[in-house]
Amino acid sequence: MSDVTRLSAAELAEQLGRGDVTSVEVTQAHLDRIAAVDPAIHAFLHVSSDEALATAADVDARRAAGEPLHALAGVPIAVKDVVVTKDIPTTAGSKILDGWIPPYDATLVTRLRQAGLPILGKTNMDEFAMGSSTEHSAYGPTRNPWDETRIPGGSGGGSAAAVAAFEAPLAIGTDTGGSIRQPAAVTGSVGVKPTYGGVSRYGLIAMASSLDQAGPVTRSVLDSALLHELIGGHDPRDSTSIPESLPELVAAARGGDVAGMRLGVVSQLSGDGYEPGVKARFDDALALLADAGAEIVEVSCPSFDYALDAYYLIMPSEASSNLARFDGMRFGARTLPDEGPVTAERVMAATRGAGFGPEVKRRIMLGTYALSAGYYDAYYGSAQKVRTLIQRDFAAAFDKVDVLVSPTSPTTAFELGAKLDDPMAMYLNDVATIPANLAGVPGISLPSGLSSDGLPAGFQILGPAKADDRLYRVGSVLERLLEQQWGGPLLAQAPTLEVA
Amino acid sequence: MSAITRAEVDHLAALARIAMSDDELDQLAGELDVIVGSVAKVSEVATDEIPATSHPLPMTNVFREDVVETPLTASEALSGAPAAEDGKFLVPQILGDEQ
Repeated sequence: MSDVTRLSAAELAEQLGRGDVTSVEVTQAHLDRIAAVDPAIHAFLHVSSDEALATAADVDARRAAGEPLHALAGVPIAVKDVVVTKDIPTTAGSKILDGWIPPYDATLVTRLRQAGLPILGKTNMDEFAMGSSTEHSAYGPTRNPWDETRIPGGSGGGSAAAVAAFEAPLAIGTDTGGSIRQPAAVTGSVGVKPTYGGVSRYGLIAMASSLDQAGPVTRSVLDSALLHELIGGHDPRDSTSIPESLPELVAAARGGDVAGMRLGVVSQLSGDGYEPGVKARFDDALALLADAGAEIVEVSCPSFDYALDAYYLIMPSEASSNLARFDGMRFGARTLPDEGPVTAERVMAATRGAGFGPEVKRRIMLGTYALSAGYYDAYYGSAQKVRTLIQRDFAAAFDKVDVLVSPTSPTTAFELGAKLDDPMAMYLNDVATIPANLAGVPGISLPSGLSSDGLPAGFQILGPAKADDRLYRVGSVLERLLEQQWGGPLLAQAPTLEVA
Repeated sequence: MSAITRAEVDHLAALARIAMSDDELDQLAGELDVIVGSVAKVSEVATDEIPATSHPLPMTNVFREDVVETPLTASEALSGAPAAEDGKFLVPQILGDEQ
């Protein structure tokens, strides 16, 4: 048997369908890979071996009995630890939820289980999805498979690293300001933030409810489309879930064609602050798309210059409210005060003081400040107006072009620890991804090649709300053209990891 | 634009119900000041005639049929509780002696 951990999910699905391999074999191969490389990478916070193998065995039996199965049945998957999983520990990367085992599944997990995808485990993340480097996990950082001294992006660095290190063919991430796309970019994988409301948020531990969106992290554009169609679609348990059905994503990924499409290069997302190597790979990719028949148009979105600022007022404001539920009363850890009376209020303060890490405290405090009397209009109110301006910029741009494109992240993966003491420098990593979250539009990041430092850079495509199929249409063409140049997927060039 | 004092940070910590050490308060006072100073840029473009947007998509209330479903059992709901007794959450004293 060839090394099944190197195959894409679509290739695995084909082999499983033909009976060339069993899901138990595939799942065991990935569990073996996790055992071998995860001590160095630390992509996983919890590995659910027994449960994954049981699901795999069940799928194999159903396949043998001739039952009709989902296209991805038997393909294993890793799930970011901010998504609740019944009977599997869920911590959101925080000590305050250490040891918590949810009594229910998120809707997207229910869909994974019903389709027969073995869940390999839960992936590492910045605490409560707050961060751009996975260094804010309470359980230690994840390392980038391309260079273990570097960050894998954040907050979904665990999901991206698991996919890039061949520990899982598929993973689930969540993207509040870029936490699927930026980790995908710096690890050479593919990540998609669907249209807001396109994938149910029921069972996601909320950070900022008007921005959070779950989506796929994979090694190919087609794999993302397959996973997106599986987890997406209306969910009556999420009042913000879009009632209309999804556009045809897999068909778009299989039949991609950019001839006659208009691609808008956002001038605000490709200028100062973007590394020359990242910009060069972006320009090369753009030239390929132009050769394939796309029309390239420069587009100005002036309000994007204020997106980062608006985001860092809105996101902490919503987070300060959402994280009020972690109070040591109904679930999670409880810490008693060192001295004085043991009242509920003092226990809450002691629990939150001990249970939250520095970045979470920073953002809760920032949100509490932005929402406080006297400052509300100047900060939170103004930020919500900027959101209107950004939506208008997107609407005006999509009147002229079919999709917008930019580098996903201004830099490649930086060294672990390099930006830990400078929150503003850390926040700047998401400058190109944040506008999409504020406006609710979908975005994909796929590898554009290696920058001058030999590390992956990402190409971002943004579409209008509910037109997620356009991401796959353009993304699949670019992927095919680039892989022709590289002689295969970019991840095939990643260093071979030391096996424990 | 902003100048967040340590006393304000102390007050915010009390509002947010987070116990903080003196070192944490000192550090956060500086960091919040830098962050708030930077993000204050939004007020440059947020003029009176621009409406605020709270949510990326239009929001409508959602109703469902009043159908009986199977909820979590009491033991499931209590399964992650730090303390429980007699099928209920056990919490510290909420009201003071005088109440």
